[in-house]
Amino acid sequence: MNAWTNIKTIMKRELGGYFTSPIAYVFLVIFLLLTGFFTFTVGNFFERGEASLVSFFTWHPWLYLFLVPAAGMRLWSEERRLGTMELLLTMPITTWQAIVGKFLASWLFLALALALTFPVALTVNYLGDPDNGVIVSGYVGSLLLAGSYLSISCMTSALTRNQVISFIVSVMICLFLILAGYTPVTDLLVRWANPVVVDIIAAFSVMTHFEGFQRGVLDIRDTVFFASVIGFALFTTGVIIRNQRAG
Amino acid sequence: MIKVENLSKAFGSKLAVNDLSFAVERGEVLGFLGPNGAGKSTTMRMVTGFIPPTAGKISVGGFDMLENPIPGKRLIGYLPENAPGYADMTVHGFLNFSAELRGIQGGARKQAVNRAVELCFLENVLYQTIETLSKGYKHRTCLAQSLIHDPDVLILDEPTDGLDPNQKHEVRNLIKRMGENKAIVFSTHILEEVEAVCSRVIIIDRGRIVANGTPQELKARSEMAGAVLVRASGVAAAALKAQIGAMSGVKTVEILKDGEGGIEVRAFPDKSKINGSLTRNIAELAVQQKWQLDEIHTEEGRLDEVFRAITLPDTVKGH
Ligand SMILES: Nc1ncnc2c1ncn2[C@@H]1O[C@H](COP(=O)(O)OP(=O)(O)OP(=O)(O)O)[C@@H](O)[C@H]1O
Ligand SMILES: [Mg+2]
Repeated sequence: MNAWTNIKTIMKRELGGYFTSPIAYVFLVIFLLLTGFFTFTVGNFFERGEASLVSFFTWHPWLYLFLVPAAGMRLWSEERRLGTMELLLTMPITTWQAIVGKFLASWLFLALALALTFPVALTVNYLGDPDNGVIVSGYVGSLLLAGSYLSISCMTSALTRNQVISFIVSVMICLFLILAGYTPVTDLLVRWANPVVVDIIAAFSVMTHFEGFQRGVLDIRDTVFFASVIGFALFTTGVIIRNQRAG
Repeated sequence: MIKVENLSKAFGSKLAVNDLSFAVERGEVLGFLGPNGAGKSTTMRMVTGFIPPTAGKISVGGFDMLENPIPGKRLIGYLPENAPGYADMTVHGFLNFSAELRGIQGGARKQAVNRAVELCFLENVLYQTIETLSKGYKHRTCLAQSLIHDPDVLILDEPTDGLDPNQKHEVRNLIKRMGENKAIVFSTHILEEVEAVCSRVIIIDRGRIVANGTPQELKARSEMAGAVLVRASGVAAAALKAQIGAMSGVKTVEILKDGEGGIEVRAFPDKSKINGSLTRNIAELAVQQKWQLDEIHTEEGRLDEVFRAITLPDTVKGH
């Protein structure tokens, strides 16, 4: 249980770090404005005339593409820039505890941002009679999606002390994870490649796996996919940090 | 408490630390000296478990730092070079966080933080964020962090860097006092600091230990050690030089000053032929010759001279 105590301590500090600076508030406001904009304007929430949050969740992979790396880019690059990594990693904790603690803190922060969109769910319940199971499933999927992007940002932020580079690399990787299964792209790909190959590539895409959650179809494989992305990215973060320390 | 055997660290093809061995027991204060880039910080980073060595063994309090570092890390308080700290945290928040990571809970934590704040004189900046602190206060905050759990082993990389003279004095006293029942390693570029607080000194140059001993032993290696300084008036400098130079047991005499304010010469003993105290012999000669002696004393030898003699050739040659 000692491990969990250490993880909690790291989480607390990291979360505190978001809220003692204006970053957290700016982030939350931008997040809510953008979700609102995409849902109601671009997503034609009202014109659709259906009681669901499809127009809300559809945009999340794109919205997170920029917002999640923005929230995650400082995780490790800041530690390296300030030199506090040397303090943190000479404390009686393991590198894993530090990685997991930092990741969970940011994830919790993103979860908070997501939770603050609850008025959308209230609105749709007020206007119609939606399937709230589908809505919950959408939220779970969205949270897993955010966690996957975040773990990738965590990994890229361990690579460099420069937050801008960390942000850009992370956006590129996340973009790839979207495009690999984005219908316009896969439609294009099947013209040249064997459909089986295209399917395999698409299996690595967050789009493919986020889809089910939006429709309320819970497939264990989708959950496993997101969990593996997170696990893999955090593991790689550990490897990167270890190699850097070795010099 | 600290035991380092055949420690080496290579960065690429460059050997930053080359086959270093030393041990520090409880009650000892070990000073690390060495030119810039000698490998002091790298050695400390390996002992504290921040970077893995290329070869060698490290144990702290009997725990292997490579196989199972956590129990060893618990015993260590570490002040890294440049005293890092979380920019957006307050001093109080930062110390609390360190105490928490050290597993200090509840009331004990409050006490630990208060104690560290007192030791490092941080009362005035307790609720200021670290980014707004002056360099010296930032340094003291990080030092406080290293003391928070009253560790058995302290590794301090340039602990007095950036402190004002009063604070330097306080920190030296603190190190000296704590050294009575802890094992302390600290690095510095201030040689008088070494004389003031160290029980032992290691001089590192290009990753190797080039000298190891008490400050007194090292000072005795100085050419200056045992030389006699004479300040007198009522006699010509040349005559003084000639007469002292003719004494048995004197190797050379150099004139330091020859003018209005009197003359000053320094006599170097011939260590193989000396009989009795050279200082006393010269004083007797002065009485005989009726020189007016203003000052006479035996030089102890100077650490900076020893340091230069040992490390200068390398620095000049470059790396
Ligand atoms: N991460 C690293 N990668 C490559 N080289 C490094 C790294 N860290 C240290 N070095 C090299 O190792 C050598 C020893 O550096 P170190 O910081 O230990 O010196 P130092 O004795 O602490 O010097 P100073 O008195 O300037 O603090 C230097 O030549 C330095 O350039
Ligand atoms: Mg150094």
